[in-house]
Amino acid sequence: MHNTPPFLRILAVLLLVTLLAPVPTAAQDHEPTDDEVNAIAKQLYCPMCENIPLDVCPTQTCRQWRETIREKLAAGWSEEQIKQYFVEQYGASVLATPPAKGINLLFYILPPAAFLVGAFILLRTLRSWRQATIQAEPVVPVQPEDPYIARLEEELRRRDW
Amino acid sequence: MVIHVGYFSLVLTFLVALYGAGAAAYGAIRRKTEFVESARHAMLLSWPLVTVSVLAIVWLLVSGDFQVRYVYSTTSNDMPIYLKVTALWGGQAGSLVFWSWLMAAFASAASLRKWDRDRELLPWVVVVTMVTLAFFLSLSILFENPFARMWRTPDGSQVTAMFQHGGTMPLIPIDGRGLNPLLRHPGMIVHPPMQYLGFVSFVIPYALAMGALITGRTDDRWIRISRRWTLVAWLFLSLGLLLGSWWAYDVLGWGGYWGWDPVEVSALIPWLSATAFIHSVMIYEKRGMLKQWNMVLIILTYALVLFSTFLTRSGVLSSVHAFAESAIGPMFFGFIGISFIVSLFLLMRRWGALRSESQLHSLLSREALFLLNNLLLIGILVVCVWGMLFPLISELVTGQKVTVGPPFYERATAPLGIGLMLLMGVAPLSTYGRASWKPLVRALLKPLAASLLVPLVLALRGITNLGALLGFWASALVALVTLYEFWRGAVARHRRHGEILPLALWRLAGRNRRRYGGYVIHLCTVLMALGIIGIEIYQTETQATLARGEQLTLGRYVMIYESLAQFDSPGGRHITRAVVSVYRDGKYVGEVYPRQDYYYAPEMAVTIPGVRSTLEDDLNVMLVGWEPIPTEGTTFKVILNPLVNFIWLGGLLFIFGTLVAAWPDRKS
Amino acid sequence: MTQEIPAEADSSQLPRRWGIFLVWFLVLGILGVLGFSLMRAHQGPVGIGDEVPDFILTTFDDEQIAIGDLRGQVVVINFWASWCTPCEHEAAVFEQAYQMYKDRGVVFLGVDYADTEREARAYLERYSITYPNGPDLGTRISQAFRTRGVPETYIVGPDGRLADVRIGPYATLNEIINAVEGVLGY
Repeated sequence: MHNTPPFLRILAVLLLVTLLAPVPTAAQDHEPTDDEVNAIAKQLYCPMCENIPLDVCPTQTCRQWRETIREKLAAGWSEEQIKQYFVEQYGASVLATPPAKGINLLFYILPPAAFLVGAFILLRTLRSWRQATIQAEPVVPVQPEDPYIARLEEELRRRDW
Repeated sequence: MVIHVGYFSLVLTFLVALYGAGAAAYGAIRRKTEFVESARHAMLLSWPLVTVSVLAIVWLLVSGDFQVRYVYSTTSNDMPIYLKVTALWGGQAGSLVFWSWLMAAFASAASLRKWDRDRELLPWVVVVTMVTLAFFLSLSILFENPFARMWRTPDGSQVTAMFQHGGTMPLIPIDGRGLNPLLRHPGMIVHPPMQYLGFVSFVIPYALAMGALITGRTDDRWIRISRRWTLVAWLFLSLGLLLGSWWAYDVLGWGGYWGWDPVEVSALIPWLSATAFIHSVMIYEKRGMLKQWNMVLIILTYALVLFSTFLTRSGVLSSVHAFAESAIGPMFFGFIGISFIVSLFLLMRRWGALRSESQLHSLLSREALFLLNNLLLIGILVVCVWGMLFPLISELVTGQKVTVGPPFYERATAPLGIGLMLLMGVAPLSTYGRASWKPLVRALLKPLAASLLVPLVLALRGITNLGALLGFWASALVALVTLYEFWRGAVARHRRHGEILPLALWRLAGRNRRRYGGYVIHLCTVLMALGIIGIEIYQTETQATLARGEQLTLGRYVMIYESLAQFDSPGGRHITRAVVSVYRDGKYVGEVYPRQDYYYAPEMAVTIPGVRSTLEDDLNVMLVGWEPIPTEGTTFKVILNPLVNFIWLGGLLFIFGTLVAAWPDRKS
Repeated sequence: MTQEIPAEADSSQLPRRWGIFLVWFLVLGILGVLGFSLMRAHQGPVGIGDEVPDFILTTFDDEQIAIGDLRGQVVVINFWASWCTPCEHEAAVFEQAYQMYKDRGVVFLGVDYADTEREARAYLERYSITYPNGPDLGTRISQAFRTRGVPETYIVGPDGRLADVRIGPYATLNEIINAVEGVLGY
C-alpha cells in the first residue's frame, strides 16, 4: 500500500466514491416503453368516458393522454407527479379511488367500521342467546361413542335440508 | 296493424293487472273469495296478453320496420336474424317490455300453484305482483313506448309518437342504426334474459313476505313456499352473473371479466343478500330460529333488485352498461321510494309477531357459523353499496366528482372473501345445537394439516404473494373438507346398506339433494377461486410496436408478427386482421388472429383478441393500432391470464350443482 | 320445544329505539341520495337569467382571468376541445367575431375542456386564435356550467347574468353576430 503512487491512491478513492455515492434519479435517457406508460395509465381513468381505465380506452383523446404520460416519463417525472398532474388537469375523478383527504377519509373508514359494528352486534346477540339457553338447561349431555357415524345417521334419518 | 295490436295489448294488460290488484285487495279485506278467484284469473291472464306484445315487437324487429323508432335504433339490415331477436332486450324500451313479460310469466306460474293451504296469502301475492307489473307496463305505455314511430313534420323536423299527428308524414329510414357492436355476440342471447330472470323472480318471495306481514300469518308457510322460489331465483341470478362475466371476458380485449363497474356491482348486491338468505333459512328449518332476520333478507334482496334497476335505467349513473338517461327516472324513483317505505313500515309493525326460537348452545355450532357467513356476506354487501353511493354523496355534498374503482373493492372484499372460503372449510364439520370445540377441532385437524401442505409446497416453488398463498390454502381446505364430507357420507351409507361407494354416494345425494348440491357448489367456488387468484395476482401484460417478422416476449411465450390484412365482411364491417404465430418455451404452438372490426353503420370499432386457451392460461393478443403502411409499426398488446379457465370450469360445474340442489328429493 | 327469551328489561328498549332510528335513517338517507342525484342528473346546463358561475381561468399564457372582474362587460365564453370536430367548424368564425367586437369591450374567453396542452396549442395556432384561452383545470368550470359536451357557448351580459346560451356550434359568423348584438343592445 505504501508503494502505490499518490495519484493512483487518489484515483482509487475517487473511483470508490463514485461507485458508492448515491446517484440522484436521473432523467430517463431512453424512450419510455409502452409497458411503462401502461403501468401508469392503468391507474388512471379516462377523464371523458365513464369508468374506462386509461390504458385500454381506444379513443383518439385517450391515445393523446397516453402520449402525455410518455412525454412526462421521458422528462423524468415520477409516477406520483404524473398522477398529480392529471388530477390537477382533469379532476379527482381520474384516480381509481378517491384521494384520501377531507370527507373522503370517511369513505375509507366506514366499511371496516360498519363491519366491526356488525360483528359486535352479532357476538353480543349470540352470547345473550347462549346465556339464556344455558340458564334454562344446565345439564350437559354426554357425547355418544362414535359421534360422527351417530350424528350422520341421525341426520340422514331426519332427512334434513 | 301489428303496431296497434302490440300497443293495445300492453294497455289491456295494464288494465287487467290493475283490476287484479284491486279485486284481490277488495276480496281479501271484505273476505269475498269470488273476488280473489277472479283476481287470480286476471294474474293468470297477464302473461298471454304481454306475450302478444312481445311477439309484435319481435315481428317488427325481424321484419325491419324502421319507421318504429325502437327498431331503427337497435337493428340494421346487415344483422343476422338471431341478433335481431335479441334486440328485444337491446334497448331501454324493449327491455322494459321484456321485463314485464318475465314478471307476468312468474306471476302466472304462481297463480297456477295450489293455494288451498295458503288462501290468506294469495290475494296479497296478486296485489304485489300485479301492482309491480302495472307499474312497469305504465313506463312502457307512457314514456318508453317500443311501438312509437317516427314522423316528419311540415317544417322538416322529426317527431316520435305512437299516433300520427295532423300534417305529419311517416319517416321511414332505409336502414337502422344497428345494435351496438359490442353487443353482437352470442352472449347477447343468454346473459340479459338470465339476468332479468334472476331479478324478476325475486318478486314472488317478496310478495309472499308482504302477504305474511299484511295478514299477520307469520308462521311457517310463507318461508316454506318462498324457500323454493328463492332458490330458483338465486340460480338464475348466479347464472346471469356468470354469463355476464364470461361475455365480458370474451369480448373485452383486456381480459376484464369483472370490472367493478357500478352496474355490475348493483347486480351483485341482491345476489349477496340472497346467498345469505339461502344459508340462514336452513337454520330456520332446522331450529326454527331467525324468522325476523330471514324476513329482512328477503325484503332486502328485492329492494336491492329495484335499487339496481333504478340505477341502471334512470341516468343517475353513467357506465358502459347503463341505458341512456330517460324520463322514467322520476317515476321509478317514486315507485322504489314507496316500496321501501311501505315494506319497512310493514316489517316494523309485525316485528314482534316474527319472534322465533333463539336457542343457542355454542358459538361453534352450525347456527353460529351460518350467522358468521351472513355477517361476511352482508359485509361485502355494505362495501359494494357504499362504493356505489359514495360518488353520488361526494358530488352532492362537496361538488367533487370521484371515481370508486377496483382497487377499493378488491382491497375491501378480499379479506371477507377469504373469510368466507375458510368458513366453507369449517362449517360442514360443525353440528347443530350442542357443539363443543373438541369434536370440531378433531374433525378439522386432518384436513387442515393436509391443506397447509399446499401453501408450503407453493412457497417452496417460489410463490411468495401472501394473497395467493392464503387463497390457495383456503381453496385446498374447502376442497378437502367437502370431498371428505362426500366420502364420510358414502362410507356411512356403505356400512349401513352395503352399497358400493359410488352408488352409496349417488343414493346419498339423492336423499339430500340440497346439502350435496350445496357441496358441489362450494367446490365450484374453489375452482373459481383458483381462476381468480391466477388472473388477479399473476396476470402479466406487455405492449410494443412491431414491424413484420419482429417478435414480442411475455413470460414463456414468444409471439411473432407475421402479416396484416384488411377487407370488408358481411355484417357491414371492415376488418383489419393480423396473423401472429405463438411459441411457448421455444416450441411452435399455433397461430392467433387478433383483429379490429370497424362497423360502418354505427361508426364504431370493436377489438377482438386472438386467444390461445388452455387450462393453464389464456394468451390474449390484441391489435391496438397500425400505421397506414402495415408492414411497419403495428402495435400489439398481449395479456397472459394464468388459470383463468378454471373460472368457467367452475361455472359449468355450478350449473350441474344447482341442478342437483334444486331437484326435489327422492322420497325413501 | 320453545324457549322464550327472558322478559326484556327496560334498559334494552334504548338500543331497540336506536336500532329503529338507524334503520329509518339509512333507508331515507339512501332514498335522499338517489333522489337528489336524480334531480341533479336531470338539471340542464345553466340557463338564461341565471347568475354566471364564478370561476378563474388560467390561460395558456399563464394569465389569470376571474369572471368576477369582468362585471359590466359582455363576455362570450366558449367551451371547446381539440378533439371536437364541430368546434373546428366554428373556430375560424369565432376569431373573426372577436376581431369585430374587441374594440367594443366584448370579452371572448375560450375554455379548453379535457384536452392535452400540446394538441390545444396546435389547435389555437391552426385557427390563429388570439383571444384568451385556458384549460378547464379539474373540469371545474364545465361542471359549474353543467355542460353536457363541446362546443357550448355562454354569453354573459353586463349584469353578470347569462343572456344567451348555445349548445352546439354556431353555423355562421352571422349567428354569432346576432347573438352578441342581442346582448349588447339589451
